[in-house]
Amino acid sequence: MAPREVALQEKKELAPAQERTEAGKFYSPYTDIYETSDAVVVAMEVPGVERSAIDIRLDKGVLTVTGNIDPKRYEDVAPIYSEYNVGNFVRSFTLSTKIASDQISASAADGVLTVRLPKAREAVARRIAIQ
Amino acid sequence: MVLRMRDPFATLVAVQRAMDNAMQRDWFGPLTSGRGAYPPVNVFERGEDFEIVAELPGVKKEDLDIQVKGATVRIHGKKTVEYADEASVHRHERVGGEFDRTLTLPAQIDADKVTADYRDGVLTLKLPRAASDRARSVAIN
Repeated sequence: MAPREVALQEKKELAPAQERTEAGKFYSPYTDIYETSDAVVVAMEVPGVERSAIDIRLDKGVLTVTGNIDPKRYEDVAPIYSEYNVGNFVRSFTLSTKIASDQISASAADGVLTVRLPKAREAVARRIAIQ
Repeated sequence: MVLRMRDPFATLVAVQRAMDNAMQRDWFGPLTSGRGAYPPVNVFERGEDFEIVAELPGVKKEDLDIQVKGATVRIHGKKTVEYADEASVHRHERVGGEFDRTLTLPAQIDADKVTADYRDGVLTLKLPRAASDRARSVAIN
């Protein structure tokens, strides 16, 4: 069987309920969320965002990730053909499982931000043995 | 129209507007070969030279291969999206797979002087125009 080819995904422009004070388009990064036995992992595609330009916050159970791109990178070039636009990334999630907020860790590689949210002890499922 | 960044508040909006104006799908027309349209590319001019910027988040440098010949550029490789073992997936938006895209630029490229920089999921190719393809001034007798 032929290897599966990557499908082209259009950038998802954000149309939030509240306007942002900064002008310009914002994009919602493609995100995978999966849960293992001890953590919830969020992987977001934020191409062009340096690690120093990523902001991750957890406030009242809502995880908000912001990633800013550097427009100076486009100084002194003239676009002659464009297939995608660039912009900052923003996305928020309400976390349903109890998270140990002091143990949240994040790593970024090749434009993918991975946030690991370990579950609080009480939230980890326990097997009950039958006597 | 070259972008000039003077006003710090207008920079990102100016870039986005310029990209919108340059947005088309048919520029390469029948000259594009290779399967599919991934990764999406933006082509810029820097003086006489070209610059191709492509977004490939999640692609590792060792899985990316770039070839240049004449006026064509071939970008191919594979993107892997992995989960931990025994993971229960709540949301799955990222896609992986193989890609192979060939682009034909409107001028011959000096293949020896091409540079490729891959950082944070963005590939930047700087492609200088070949000397044989530069315009020459003609003296009038």
